[in-house]
Amino acid sequence: MFEHYLSLFVKSIFIENMALAFFLGMCTFMAISKKVSTAVGLGIAVVVVQAITIPVNNLLYQHVLKEGSLAWAGLPNVDLTFLGLITYIGVIAAMVQILEMVLDKFVPSLYNSLGIFLPLITVNCAILGGSLFMVERDYNFAESVVYGFGSGIGWALAIVALAGIREKMKYSNVPPGLKGLGITFLTAGLMAMAFMLFSGIQL
Amino acid sequence: MKTYKEIILDPIFNDNPIALQILGICSALAVTSKMETAVVMALSVTLVTGFSNFFVSLIRKLIPSSIRILVEMTIIASLVIIADQLIKAYAYNISKELSVYVGLIITNCIVMGRAEAYALKNPPVASFLDGIGNGFGYAFILIVVGFIRELFGSGKLFGISILPLVNDGGWYTSNGLFLMPPSAFFLIGLIIWMIRTFKPEQVEED
Repeated sequence: MFEHYLSLFVKSIFIENMALAFFLGMCTFMAISKKVSTAVGLGIAVVVVQAITIPVNNLLYQHVLKEGSLAWAGLPNVDLTFLGLITYIGVIAAMVQILEMVLDKFVPSLYNSLGIFLPLITVNCAILGGSLFMVERDYNFAESVVYGFGSGIGWALAIVALAGIREKMKYSNVPPGLKGLGITFLTAGLMAMAFMLFSGIQL
Repeated sequence: MKTYKEIILDPIFNDNPIALQILGICSALAVTSKMETAVVMALSVTLVTGFSNFFVSLIRKLIPSSIRILVEMTIIASLVIIADQLIKAYAYNISKELSVYVGLIITNCIVMGRAEAYALKNPPVASFLDGIGNGFGYAFILIVVGFIRELFGSGKLFGISILPLVNDGGWYTSNGLFLMPPSAFFLIGLIIWMIRTFKPEQVEED
């Protein structure tokens, strides 16, 4: 049992890396990876939000939206899966808002360091993508907790690594047309290729 | 004030959402291994962006600015649900291949970004055209990348054999790398380089 969760955890970090294997959260990935310190802040925020929203969405999916899941309310034939998208994004927006308030009240130092990144996370595709993958693979609650945490860490790892490379790249002589976005794409491509090595691993 | 023609054509080369504004990159990379999926995705994003801009612009004077993101999200999510259901109904196989990426149009920054940056300040018709124009800019990159990846990766276009593969008795040895995720990064990086070589004013300063 424990092994199953461990392998899901490792798989969600390396083999199915959100950023480099599924290209989720690319916009923020490219835009906010100029400095390692900001990348770390954003990475932590993503891990936290991911670890909360995926299990919450999992509960909603398993007990309200899934076909036949309303049987406890006497509605065995109701299928609400088409409401999925709007529910998940609502949960994500609400969670981010609540998290922001909680952090502001109880952990102001972390709140200040995360700053503008929290609201940005609502439109980070990695978060919604995580929930949608959870639904597509029909994870149970425990699996969704592990998956949420693991996929968040995987994304954080990727953005910190990219930021590290970009910081070093300041000293290199990049052709003018490639400066900024262009060279970042090529770097991310090489990183994605390196991460492809994990894809053959059987767990 | 820009004319309607400029609103539509500008985002394709001069102000491309992917190459310059860094918007909507996730799906651009993930769905381009084949032309078919790239075209369906480009079409859905164009329509969703157009209509979400239109509706947001219609009620722009009624939305209190503190909850505007929530309102925009609701409009966008409803439109994406419609698109998702339509694709499921009429092109079920493609919807399986696109998997979660249709749903991810909601968080596609192009839709949200244009609603925030344009639709909140401009009248409905101009906003609609701006949405369609940005959708075209997105579609342009998607289709170019999809074309290159499918042609060189599997020797086909829309599933029809163009370059006969060695396996089937032809002469072309397919380059598997083009079907792999990293190639999309390289192609978009090179497209950006190309656009910026012709339009030096887009080059970023350090």
